[in-house]
Amino acid sequence: MKTKKPGYDRYARYGYFFSIPFVIAYLLFSLYPTLYTAVIGFTDLKGIGATAIHFLKDDPFRNFKTVLTNPSFKQGFKNTVGIWLCNFVPQMLLALLLAAWFTDRRSKVGAQGLFKVLLYMPNIITAATIAILFAAFFGYPMGPVNDLLVRFGLVEKPVELLRNKTTARGVVVFIQTWMWYGSTMITLISGILGISPEIFESADVDGANRVQTFFYITLPNIRTILLFTLVTSLIGGLNMFDIPRLFLNGGPDNATLTTSLFIYNQAFSGSYMYNRAAAGSMIMFVIIGILSAALFFVMRDRDEGKLRKQIKLQQKEYSRKMKAERRNA
Amino acid sequence: MLDNKQNRVMKVIIYVVCIFLAALSILPFWIMIVNATRSTYQIQQHAVSLIPSGYLMNNLKILLGKSFNPAVGFANSLIISVGATVLSIYFSSLTAYAQVAYNWKLRDAFFSFIMVVMMIPGQVTMIGFYQMVYKIHMTNRLSMLILPAIAAPTMVFFMRQYLQPTLSMEIVQSARIDGAREFRIFNEIILPIMKPAIATQAIFSFVAQWNRLFEPLVLLTDKSKYTMPVMVSLLKGDIYKTEYGSIYLGLTLTVLPLIIVYLLLSKYIIAGVALGSVKG
Repeated sequence: MKTKKPGYDRYARYGYFFSIPFVIAYLLFSLYPTLYTAVIGFTDLKGIGATAIHFLKDDPFRNFKTVLTNPSFKQGFKNTVGIWLCNFVPQMLLALLLAAWFTDRRSKVGAQGLFKVLLYMPNIITAATIAILFAAFFGYPMGPVNDLLVRFGLVEKPVELLRNKTTARGVVVFIQTWMWYGSTMITLISGILGISPEIFESADVDGANRVQTFFYITLPNIRTILLFTLVTSLIGGLNMFDIPRLFLNGGPDNATLTTSLFIYNQAFSGSYMYNRAAAGSMIMFVIIGILSAALFFVMRDRDEGKLRKQIKLQQKEYSRKMKAERRNA
Repeated sequence: MLDNKQNRVMKVIIYVVCIFLAALSILPFWIMIVNATRSTYQIQQHAVSLIPSGYLMNNLKILLGKSFNPAVGFANSLIISVGATVLSIYFSSLTAYAQVAYNWKLRDAFFSFIMVVMMIPGQVTMIGFYQMVYKIHMTNRLSMLILPAIAAPTMVFFMRQYLQPTLSMEIVQSARIDGAREFRIFNEIILPIMKPAIATQAIFSFVAQWNRLFEPLVLLTDKSKYTMPVMVSLLKGDIYKTEYGSIYLGLTLTVLPLIIVYLLLSKYIIAGVALGSVKG
């Protein structure tokens, strides 16, 4: 056996070995496609079956300019942000309210497990199916919604509801909210249950009522989870594709067109403009990259904060022990 | 006294809202399943009914008579979901173990990298991925949807979070003394320790893979390779235009497996969401 330098850890190399499959798969299936997408954004790659790359000579940023000035892209971006906002706000409010109710110690809600299971259910169902199901619900002339409207005398004749832009957008917003509030609720509940019960007890002792407890204790203590939910939801929202694509395919008149759907249409539905689609993708990539970097720093700081707290606690414990020992001695 | 009364009113409000929301979760699927058993004529008369009818077989005949093939979609979705889930579980656990058990120079840098890229969705790099796959003539291969699962940053993150406080290096040390190799230690000792984390992650990975639409829609053009969500988009086209009963039946067939699995495993799924699933 050869002798090794002192401090040499002969097992360290396994850290590299065991990370190899991940690294190879990541390079091949994620990093390379990312770079390739970026490159295509600067080329004239278009047409069915085209793969040859020619860089744009006159103006390397032409695709980016075309996309950014394209009225459909602008409309799609506006829709994406608008639909996300209109679903996130009610989703968050509803989830907060339910989470506050389910964790309230004064009025213990029974059958909580059952409610959680049912409220979360829409989240696991295939979005593609839900989109088509809702399109069928709003069918004209005889979808279930029209049936109900006529039966209850709200309208005399069936209406072609989804012709209206606001209604179409509203339904997409509803589907998104309906699919996601359960998930947000459960995340928030687990966050609230993670708060130390002593804080709530001392609030009780101080005579804080429900509303005060919620706003002054619960909310500030789940700040990071709220932020985490915000950023993940925003990233998911910016990629919204399944519902708008299969519900009305972006219509009527681009009212439910999202950026993802715009990108998909540029490349894969008849026009084969891979270069423009790639430029659009990279624009979204940059926006999402900035968002996730922000989240990364927040999460890292929180972890460090936790660590510091733990070290402090251990030090306290240690000095207490030392004191006790001295007293015994 | 007053407080008690107030409490009771509060409770009633809470139950009313919760029951309303629960009904909102169930009704759309209920109407879908009931309409799958009703004839097109019945649906045209009254599209909402809570009572099933007897036209299920008739609808099934019409549904299968055209291009919608639930058996093929089911098989393809199952292959992709199982394959991708197994790969991502195994290799994410391995990568997480490398993070927790060994002291290597690039460890922390690597973990920071994972945390940075974990939020980036595959969708935004799809053009490059498609071009790459097209060039090597691998479109319409299910493997192109399975193999990328080997690198699943989000899952590595959660596996590491689980393993960090759970793993005691003493077990590993004593196995080493017994002469076990590192790779065997991972397979025979570490993987069993990780069972609870593996179970939750497996459920979520499976559901996410099963529901995926964007990537299969781009890569799979051959009908015999369609997955369930891609297959379901056929119901939107002209072929089933007025066959309402069959459309509802087709939709039902795509989600029935999910609903059954969900109701069986709901306890674990809810617990898993509480641990924090990173999704939109």
